[in-house]
Amino acid sequence: MTRAMLVVVNLRRRLRRTILTVLGLAVALFLFVTLRTFLHTLQTVGDVGSESRLVTTNKLGIVFQLPQAYRARLEATDGVGTVSWASWFGGIYQDPRNFFANFAVDAESYLELYPEIVLPEDQKQAWLADRAGAIVGVRTMERFGWKLGQTVTLSGTIWPGEHRFNIRGVYTAGRRGFDQTSMLFHHRYLDEIARERGADGIVGWYVFSVTDPSRAPAIARAIDDSYQNSANATRTQTEKAFNLSFVGLYGNIGFFLNAIGLAVVFAILMVAGNTMAMSTRERFGEIAVLKTLGFTDGDVMRLVLAESIVIAGLGLLLGLGGAMLMFNIGQFDMGGMVPGLQVTPAVAAIAVAIAVLIAAASGVVPAIQSSRLKVVDALRYVA
Amino acid sequence: MKIPIIYNVRSLLHRPLTSLTTALGVAFVVLTFVGMLALANGFRAALVSTGRDDNVFVLRNGADSEISSGIDRNTAAILTSYPEIARTPDGRPVASADVYVVVAKPRVNGSETHMPVRGVGPAALQVRNQITIVNGRMFEPGRAEVIVGTGLIGRMQNVNLGDRLQFGQQEFTVVGHFQADGSAFESEVWGDSEEMMAVFRGPVYQSVVMRLAEPSAYEALKARIEADPRLQVDVRREAQFFAEQAGFLSNVLRFIAFFVTIIMAVGAVFGAINTMDAMVAARMREIALLMTLGFRPRSVMASFLLEALLVALAGGLLGCLFSLPINGIQTSTTNWQSFGEVTFAFRVTPDILLQGLIFAAIMGLIGGLLPARRAARETLAVAIRKL
Repeated sequence: MTRAMLVVVNLRRRLRRTILTVLGLAVALFLFVTLRTFLHTLQTVGDVGSESRLVTTNKLGIVFQLPQAYRARLEATDGVGTVSWASWFGGIYQDPRNFFANFAVDAESYLELYPEIVLPEDQKQAWLADRAGAIVGVRTMERFGWKLGQTVTLSGTIWPGEHRFNIRGVYTAGRRGFDQTSMLFHHRYLDEIARERGADGIVGWYVFSVTDPSRAPAIARAIDDSYQNSANATRTQTEKAFNLSFVGLYGNIGFFLNAIGLAVVFAILMVAGNTMAMSTRERFGEIAVLKTLGFTDGDVMRLVLAESIVIAGLGLLLGLGGAMLMFNIGQFDMGGMVPGLQVTPAVAAIAVAIAVLIAAASGVVPAIQSSRLKVVDALRYVA
Repeated sequence: MKIPIIYNVRSLLHRPLTSLTTALGVAFVVLTFVGMLALANGFRAALVSTGRDDNVFVLRNGADSEISSGIDRNTAAILTSYPEIARTPDGRPVASADVYVVVAKPRVNGSETHMPVRGVGPAALQVRNQITIVNGRMFEPGRAEVIVGTGLIGRMQNVNLGDRLQFGQQEFTVVGHFQADGSAFESEVWGDSEEMMAVFRGPVYQSVVMRLAEPSAYEALKARIEADPRLQVDVRREAQFFAEQAGFLSNVLRFIAFFVTIIMAVGAVFGAINTMDAMVAARMREIALLMTLGFRPRSVMASFLLEALLVALAGGLLGCLFSLPINGIQTSTTNWQSFGEVTFAFRVTPDILLQGLIFAAIMGLIGGLLPARRAARETLAVAIRKL
């Protein structure tokens, strides 16, 4: 009988315990990895933003608008490429719980600026030709079971009334992590709605490309300086920085999620470590027999340690593997709510480290105990 | 015949380390559970306490928050002229038409967030009488002065008495600090609505709040406003409005709480089954002895189940105890509904603690069931052979 066989036999003898311990570890590691992945994705949402696209908003904050007249000056600014503009619409589909982003954009320039929006050419033409047309991200189409060509009605929160849109295109993301849940429609359609209500000539934000990204800070400064003393001062930043500014709005909720992750790890350490240590203590009698048969202290220590390594390893495989299967291969993204969820190598490495820690914490003490065990004491031991 | 509890207690104390680690496993699950519910609860409580039941709250029709609403002066004047609205001794309506915006401002640590700013009318403190100035004085109408909620102090820059807050092209002097019973108003900056119109969005209000002369008049007033052809507005009770504003985020937090803790609990139950299994295995001798003494298998099962319950409840109590210090810790996050940042405190309530204990008990029972059945099924002959 080889030593490996001995480990396997020992693990199989109390199969229920082995399975439960492995599953307990797997569940905890899965939860830990999932929490870290969510946090990481929320915190790195800026990475999806481009460095060569700049966003100009009202300096007062995101809920304030800018005059449409700013477009001309932006276009005339040295180093600025294509200028597009957009406005938040805030329409509700049937129930406020059905939230998805919907906003008005200047279609042609927006599609030009965002190659990430992948749209078949015929759908693009159909959208451009329809004044009340809209394109919708594939995840939102799936969520509500919408069909291409369908007319959907959104209730306005900012612009009262029922507004009808014809779905002319379904877009997908050309890059991982790019949003696939939004609905985009023509800004001139919004302008019509606004005019009826006596508001005209405003946009939510401008987005434009710069020909040379290294000059982006200078261009941003030039724009903001030129509007500094106007009634609507601007703030221009890279899209990446703009996206990141939303991360800050979560406040320190992230800290609490981290704390929870730690509590999870502590809980597993307790439970799994306890079980593994316990199963060794139970077998002090057998270990004494092994020693009587001529196993050295080192042999015994390795045997005990091997068991806890196998258990921790299996738990890691299931927990981390499960999470990677779900996020990295299954592309699970909560119905598009959190795009780009992915277990990063760093998070995986932490999970591995925790598994090693658990194997060590639960294996080393009993392993040393059993290696030091005196046969006489062991046979007398009561677990 | 029942096996006395003292047997279980002594058994647990005989293996203090095993018992303690099992209990600690449960304790961490309960701590997480209580902590996350306390977070959701604290956020909800801050917003719910913001509104009063006898205040009527009016937004433009369709608006789901103050940010997306807009009410012109004429509408506000019509609204506040209704007879159902309480009047001050000098005959003015106890009502306030508010300007509400959120302004990008730096936190103390330099990161940026959206600070809610509310421009209010002269009767604001009578409509919202939970507001008390704790430091300095009330702002004077017609001047570029503001008062700041205590929830912002120590969190945002330029909010101490005498500091200046820049809004657009205008600087406002901080002349007072106010408390508002821990409600969301404490995270706001208040000034004169006319001054705020001038620097922000022009002559438009976001909401109108009005005190009812008779709380029972709500339905009548609502019907009357909705029937008025001059008005395109939605009417709610103020309490209902702010509770709705909490809805989304507190639901998300509650969802995370249950999702995380149920997964954790599964892990802890696995651990509990293992521990109890091992306890049963190690105590075959005792079980045989108990049976020899005439205890029925059912009593043995009940006894082990009780023991699991004891460990879990001890863990639950520990978890509740660990969670007490987080009560009252202040934190803040953006309420995506109103887009402003809200300061609130963790609230550990007896209700949540009880839920935590019940949760622990369920874990103990599930964890103890299989091992207890195994113990009871040992026939005397087999058990004695294992001696």
